[in-house]
Amino acid sequence: MTTLAAPMRRPVAYTGVWSWITTVDHKRIGILYGASALFFLLVGGIEALLIRTQLAVPGNTLVSSDTYSQLFTMHGTTMIFLFVMPLSAAFFNFMVPLMIGARDVAFPRLNALSYWVFLFGGLFMNSSFFMGGAPDAGWFGYANLTSNQFSPGARIDFWVLGLQVLGLSSLMAALNFIVTILNLRAPGMSMMRMPLFVWMTLITSFLLVFALPVLTVGLTLLLFDRFFGTHFYIPAGGGDPLLWQHLFWIFGHPEVYILILPAMGMVSEVLPTFSRKPLFGYPFVVYSGILIAFLGFGVWAHHMFAVGMGPVADAVFATTTMLIAVPTGVKIFNWIGTMWGGALDFKSPLCFAVGFIGMFIIGGISGVMHASVPLDLQQTDTYFVVAHLHYVLFGGAVFGLFAGIYYWFPKITGRMLNDAWGKVHFWIMFVGANLAFFPMHLLGLDGMPRRIYSYDPSMGWNLWNLVSTVGAFTIALSVLIFVINAITALRRGARAPNDPWDAQTLEWSISSPPPVYNFATIPVVHSRRPFWDEKYPDAAHGKAAHAEPEHHGAIHMPNPSYFPIVIALGILVAVSGLMIHPAVSILGAIIMLIGVYGWSFEPAA
Amino acid sequence: MTVHRQRLLWALAPVSMFLLALALAGCAPTPQTTLLPKSDYAARIQGLFELILVIAAIVFVVVEGFLIYTAIRFRKRKGQDLPAQSHGSQKLEIAWTFAPVVVLAIITVPTISTIFATQQPAPADALEVKVMAHQWWWEFSYPSLGIVTGNEMHIPVGKTTSLVMKSNDVIHSFWVPQLAGKRDVFPNRETRITFIPDEPGTYLGQCAEFCGLSHANMRFRVVVHTPEDFQAWVKAQKTPSIAPTTELAKKGQQLFFATPPGCTACHTIDGTQAKGLVGPNLTRIGARGTTAAGTLENTPDNMARWLTDPEAVKPGSKMPNLHLSESDISALVAFLESMK
Repeated sequence: MTTLAAPMRRPVAYTGVWSWITTVDHKRIGILYGASALFFLLVGGIEALLIRTQLAVPGNTLVSSDTYSQLFTMHGTTMIFLFVMPLSAAFFNFMVPLMIGARDVAFPRLNALSYWVFLFGGLFMNSSFFMGGAPDAGWFGYANLTSNQFSPGARIDFWVLGLQVLGLSSLMAALNFIVTILNLRAPGMSMMRMPLFVWMTLITSFLLVFALPVLTVGLTLLLFDRFFGTHFYIPAGGGDPLLWQHLFWIFGHPEVYILILPAMGMVSEVLPTFSRKPLFGYPFVVYSGILIAFLGFGVWAHHMFAVGMGPVADAVFATTTMLIAVPTGVKIFNWIGTMWGGALDFKSPLCFAVGFIGMFIIGGISGVMHASVPLDLQQTDTYFVVAHLHYVLFGGAVFGLFAGIYYWFPKITGRMLNDAWGKVHFWIMFVGANLAFFPMHLLGLDGMPRRIYSYDPSMGWNLWNLVSTVGAFTIALSVLIFVINAITALRRGARAPNDPWDAQTLEWSISSPPPVYNFATIPVVHSRRPFWDEKYPDAAHGKAAHAEPEHHGAIHMPNPSYFPIVIALGILVAVSGLMIHPAVSILGAIIMLIGVYGWSFEPAA
Repeated sequence: MTVHRQRLLWALAPVSMFLLALALAGCAPTPQTTLLPKSDYAARIQGLFELILVIAAIVFVVVEGFLIYTAIRFRKRKGQDLPAQSHGSQKLEIAWTFAPVVVLAIITVPTISTIFATQQPAPADALEVKVMAHQWWWEFSYPSLGIVTGNEMHIPVGKTTSLVMKSNDVIHSFWVPQLAGKRDVFPNRETRITFIPDEPGTYLGQCAEFCGLSHANMRFRVVVHTPEDFQAWVKAQKTPSIAPTTELAKKGQQLFFATPPGCTACHTIDGTQAKGLVGPNLTRIGARGTTAAGTLENTPDNMARWLTDPEAVKPGSKMPNLHLSESDISALVAFLESMK
């Protein structure tokens, strides 16, 4: 490892594959996360289009039942674990240090390790398509369908091991962001001065730390059942398939908030900027986020009303689920309150943010509907639920993420996206999403179950399925427009100024893209809108960031390192070995140990 | 048309689509609908659904209206000064915390009373039907009547039906939307549904929990009879008659009990030496409305299609392709269809 005498002038190779493989710069890792997530969006999107094409007409034989099961399983798994979560992680990585006035995350090499483990986990899971078939038991893989008896072969093994690896990645990232946010904030940035996106990152990270271990336990029991002949979920051996459902949903419901809270954080940044006002009711938005996270652990069994838990448990979980609507409502009203009385500048990010609120309201309302147990007993496992979850996760999370992408693209790349095409993207996606997902409510009420590869023409589901398919392709068109817009912007887009939106938070006070060290001088924060106060000192009572004497001198930046990718590779080899031969696992463990050894003795800077 | 008016129109699209759908529900028949209850249980759910739907529609219109109004009213004007920098209002926060609480209370109270009302234990005089779910078909047995049948449940109108359900393999979910909400069916525990059907007719049901390759083909029917018709059905099931009249059907009968093809290894016909327990009981199968777990109308052509290649009708089916000749198949079909 090179020791750098003058860190300010250290050679930051901005080109070359090796510079990306060894990088520990949070911004580059953020870009890697983002690019990988968008790649997996295309994979999951193609799966969605195949699903919708199959269902466009009754009795279709485009894909077989077997292929269809793989498609819906991998569509769900990919969109959740390989698209929405890593795209959120991309923004955690890139933006959080900038927004809190830090030069990197707390553990830069751990950060690189989380990325490589995520990438390898995602590729590992998708490689199953080429090795006898992908996982095919649904994204929540209910036991005992996942047992060796009913799912022989390697498909479920890919799913179990892949999710374990992905969970490891998320856990490392979550711990990293908790420590970063708690310890590396710029002087003066108290917790209640943190930007909302940083708050939501912190809450999401805590959710991950508490929820993922439950999934890990559930998967480990399944792994033992499949690899070592135990009977945790197998009734013939005295096990209970219902145990899986409890473990999965104790993870699975907080997971829903892991998916939506980052998008809520992004919307909470975009709305104030484009309203030219502070966020309305900041403490209430923060506390409602915390409350949603707490309540999120107390509602898991609402996914299981149909199992027959008895009226008392049903009543309790119905009530706790209803309660979540209260803090969620508080958030929505505060967002509208932020817009109220503002000077709304309808650039692309604001379109997506307002679209997010509009769509999320629909998903929230249908969520309250099936919080009511009797209604749920008709709606669960039908297309009504598919409609609900897509209004929340597509209308919600994805619209919020696109608001974030349009908002921060100039900061990340130094180029402006074309705003007119951004709006075209928004309107086509908005129309497409409602065409694709609203009719699903009606299909559900008309009795169409989820996860059926075919239906009879006499069921009366033809029209709405066709409309939904048209909607899915409309969404695909809008994504294509986005991709072209992004590529064009990267190649010959207008140069982005430091602060194109007249924004309020610290990341806009530095150049676009930011220098490798982020801040030449660590800013001092006096309010929730440090950069705004600098620009509008009248409103800030004369206090501004960067007002303290500057401390020039050596800036310590972490060195690039080979070892994160070595350890990630070791994990991949060790996990693959479980399916190939124990010797391969041992080889993987050795690679991992070499990585850990090298890492331990590597100078930090 | 301005962008904002377009936004307004598109926000209204879901509402209008929903109204349109409700209108269309009258013309395009959706036989598995949840919206036309035909039992006390389904009617209770529907009553609650209508209440909650109205509240949801009001909340939808008010909140989306508030959002759209705000988005249009406060869009930036040329040369506009910096807007007032308001940070929040405690009074408003209290108001919009308590407003949802009140709305949710209105939903929660009838929800809880309906939960308890629909999960009462069955009265002693209820007709008990044991439901056994298999990959991928349904077995219905009547312990008090000594009847076993497949994929078609028969019950009398106006009398409490008590379903006691279990699975033979993985988790399934029993669902006849017009008669009851769904209830999962487990390999290691019994679950129950109790309801009183209130109109004779044939109601469609389908497995609602993903259970493998032919989950989509795990369908069934519930036939609700008048009490007299039900007695007639019971009587017919209890007195199985195998009296093929045509030569073809007689040939089919011989074939059915011969090995190969060995039909009796898996199937039962009451009152004969066919006592297999792997596949559905075939007693009076000719009288059933459907075959292949509710996926095909019970016609000779469809029965022949099923026997020719079960895998093509129901992927993963346990019924093997016996590679029978066309003449054997038509004989078997004639025999099976003769058992009415």
